[in-house]
Amino acid sequence: MNTMNIALNITQTIQDLLVGMMPESVASIVTMVVIALIYLIIFAVAGLYLVLLERKVAAWFQLRIGPNRVGYWGLLQTMADALKLVSKELTGTVKADKFLYNLAPYFVIVTSLMALAVFPFTQEFQAFDINIGIFFLIAISSIGVIGILLGGWSSNNKFALIGAMRSGVQTISYELSIGLSLLTMVLITGSLQLSEIVEVQKSGWLIVQGHIPAVIAFMIYMIAGTAETNRAPFDLVEAESELGAGFHTEYSGMKFAYFFLAEFINMFIIAAIATTIFFGGWLSPFGITDSIPWLGIFWFLGKTLVLVFLMMWFRWTFPRLRIDQLLTLEWKYLLPINLVNIVIMAIIVWLNLTIKF
Amino acid sequence: MTNEALQNLISSWIPELEFSEEASQFINITVQPEQLYQLMLKLKTNNDTYFDYLFCLSGVDWEPELGVVYHLESTKHRHIVVVKVKTSDRENPTLDSVCDIWKTAEFHEREVFDFFGIKFNNHPNLKRLFLTDEWEGFPLRKDYVDEINMVIK
Amino acid sequence: MEKVLVNNNFKSEEYFINMGPQHPATHGVLRLLLTIDGEIIKKVEPDLGYIHRSIEKMSERDSYQQIVHLTDRMDYLSSHINNEAVCLTVENALQLEIPDRIKVIRTIIGELTRIASHTLWWGVMGMDVGALTTYFYGFRDREMINDIFEETCGARLTMNYNIPGGLMFDIHPNFVKRTKEFITHFRTKLPEYDRLLTGNVIFQKRMKGVGMLSKEDAISFGASGPVGRGSGYSCDVRKHHPYSALDKVTFKEILKTEGDSFARYQVRIEEMWESMSIIEQLIDNIPEGDHQVTTNAVIKLPKGEFYQKVETARGELGVYVISTGTKNPYRIKFRSPGFSNLSLLNHIAVGGKIGDLVASMATLDLVIPDIDR
Repeated sequence: MNTMNIALNITQTIQDLLVGMMPESVASIVTMVVIALIYLIIFAVAGLYLVLLERKVAAWFQLRIGPNRVGYWGLLQTMADALKLVSKELTGTVKADKFLYNLAPYFVIVTSLMALAVFPFTQEFQAFDINIGIFFLIAISSIGVIGILLGGWSSNNKFALIGAMRSGVQTISYELSIGLSLLTMVLITGSLQLSEIVEVQKSGWLIVQGHIPAVIAFMIYMIAGTAETNRAPFDLVEAESELGAGFHTEYSGMKFAYFFLAEFINMFIIAAIATTIFFGGWLSPFGITDSIPWLGIFWFLGKTLVLVFLMMWFRWTFPRLRIDQLLTLEWKYLLPINLVNIVIMAIIVWLNLTIKF
Repeated sequence: MTNEALQNLISSWIPELEFSEEASQFINITVQPEQLYQLMLKLKTNNDTYFDYLFCLSGVDWEPELGVVYHLESTKHRHIVVVKVKTSDRENPTLDSVCDIWKTAEFHEREVFDFFGIKFNNHPNLKRLFLTDEWEGFPLRKDYVDEINMVIK
Repeated sequence: MEKVLVNNNFKSEEYFINMGPQHPATHGVLRLLLTIDGEIIKKVEPDLGYIHRSIEKMSERDSYQQIVHLTDRMDYLSSHINNEAVCLTVENALQLEIPDRIKVIRTIIGELTRIASHTLWWGVMGMDVGALTTYFYGFRDREMINDIFEETCGARLTMNYNIPGGLMFDIHPNFVKRTKEFITHFRTKLPEYDRLLTGNVIFQKRMKGVGMLSKEDAISFGASGPVGRGSGYSCDVRKHHPYSALDKVTFKEILKTEGDSFARYQVRIEEMWESMSIIEQLIDNIPEGDHQVTTNAVIKLPKGEFYQKVETARGELGVYVISTGTKNPYRIKFRSPGFSNLSLLNHIAVGGKIGDLVASMATLDLVIPDIDR
């Protein structure tokens, strides 16, 4: 039990290991590099298997089987795709702005990685437990928009530019809804720090504690989250039947893979935020396995994957919204409902009407 | 309206029309190019005939003349009439356009121009439709010769 | 040689975009030159001819049996009905007496073709507006019909089963049984389509009020088929000029008055129900008899002009033959429904957005080889 507890607080463990071997400052730098590498590997593996999951889920919805030849049950399919993408020629347009064109994919990758670092996968398994957790996450997703706009602009392609503009408008609008719905839940917890939020949920998951306004906040959050990551039914940007492939038309090979992977990781991040805030993070329902902390990882992943499946389900069922319908939805419907919801939540918290176990 | 009645009514507007019913299911009216537009306008606007549906506009190369055949139907009375017009000028054939009477004529007349070379006055956008703009010659004419593309049996 | 296309009405704040000829939403090789201002469309100009195969000129040196073979490839989604059109023209011109068995079988296969075309249309329509799963559901049902065709006619798409004088072979013994099985299966699937797409709020928002076409404009543009019927114009050739066994069956002509894309969509869905009811009325009582009437090996139509209208899945197809008594037609003209339907694209798309253009074009159900011939 003891060893397992220590192993979970990875930052501290690695730091302690290294302090014995080299001076303090070098140890902390090496710790940071090691943690970053670990997360990069998690990012890559998660991205690859999420793509496979999407293809399998899509196939089951469409009465097909999906990839099942490469590796047992298709498990090596994305590995093969990644190898193919790496070996592709990196094309570029003649008049493209070379520096910005190469820089754009890195923006989206870096922001996704940064967001991945703050999640509490289980008790003490968290790379960076900052006290402004939620605020940090929202701020990072705003930086991701820059990558999209740069990608579209620097391609020097009419279609890419239109796609990038649409995507930028969409992302900026829906960030508001995400922020406000998360704010609704923060009213119950009283703290922005992610590990604190999970602690508060030991007396009942927040979606249960906050009953009606929390359920409304969750639904708004799921809609806004799907729009934020440019997934269907809000995927006008990448709509193949409209204008090419949106802002990443001119990218090929590894750079295209970055945009593509970043979209899936973003989906995972949105689901992970929802799990942490609404569904108790790594806590098990009714606390049945809370005494074994490392099982928390499985609970966390399980809940996140259910929400990821929900987002995939949306994609393969609903038609697409037009850009003006999308923006009307946000500014005329979601935003007022959100604001009213916050007031209701505030009243409920003030009158102590939350359900606690 | 029966073919008899139609013939009587239409011939009362313009006397120099030729009517014939042989070798065809419908009544055929042959009109001179100068009176084409006038006849068409009357056929559409008159309440007894009310031919508001132009369902076929074909160009024909009646050697030696070039002509156009219009099939008209009325959605109110459900009678059908065929109007034929011919011009013997093969170098620069010109006819009046009926685009402003039936909007479907715009595309059909472009097709006739493309394949037969018949120009239409007052057409908003008379250029080739199927063939490329640089194509020379008018393929559906009977005297069209193309060594490469045509296979003669 | 570089060809530069200049649009003479180009103002400096408008944006000129080329959609196609290879584009997932234009159902074939169609090039649209769009002039847009932001998201609003100012002008749509179609550029045709990418799949022009000069069928009309070729037919002037072909015999009538060979012409039937060429018409398969015009509107390949209703190929049987195209064949029927030419065969009926020839048979009416020669005044052949066609036995009832042939007429009934032609009607049944024609209605099955209509259902197959509409299921493909439905699948692709969903895909165009973004619901990517509908493609597979539509094709699953279409595959069942294709298998029935393959057993009887020998081919799945370009069936070439009609000849002037009847049918090429008699129907397969399994035909009746399999058609009945298909009808039972499909009756449970059409409500599924409604639940998936028709009742969906997002879909209705994309379709209602989009691509308005009034009844007068529909008639003036020569719109026919579901495009015309969605605007309230009663143009079903099966009702007004019935052919084959269609005068013996009872069915409703579906008319909607709104004239928007959703009305055209609903017309096609309800037409599928009506087609199934026509097949059910005929499938149990196929009369006995010959499957062919003997004609001369070399068919010569008498001197004169002949016109035959049929209702394909897209609208009214007309075959106009001018014959001088020889074994080839002097002039044959195919009045294709898609040609007139395409001419109204500029009218309904101007003022709307690009997303609306895609949705409206999907409801016009264009098949480009039909337009280009």
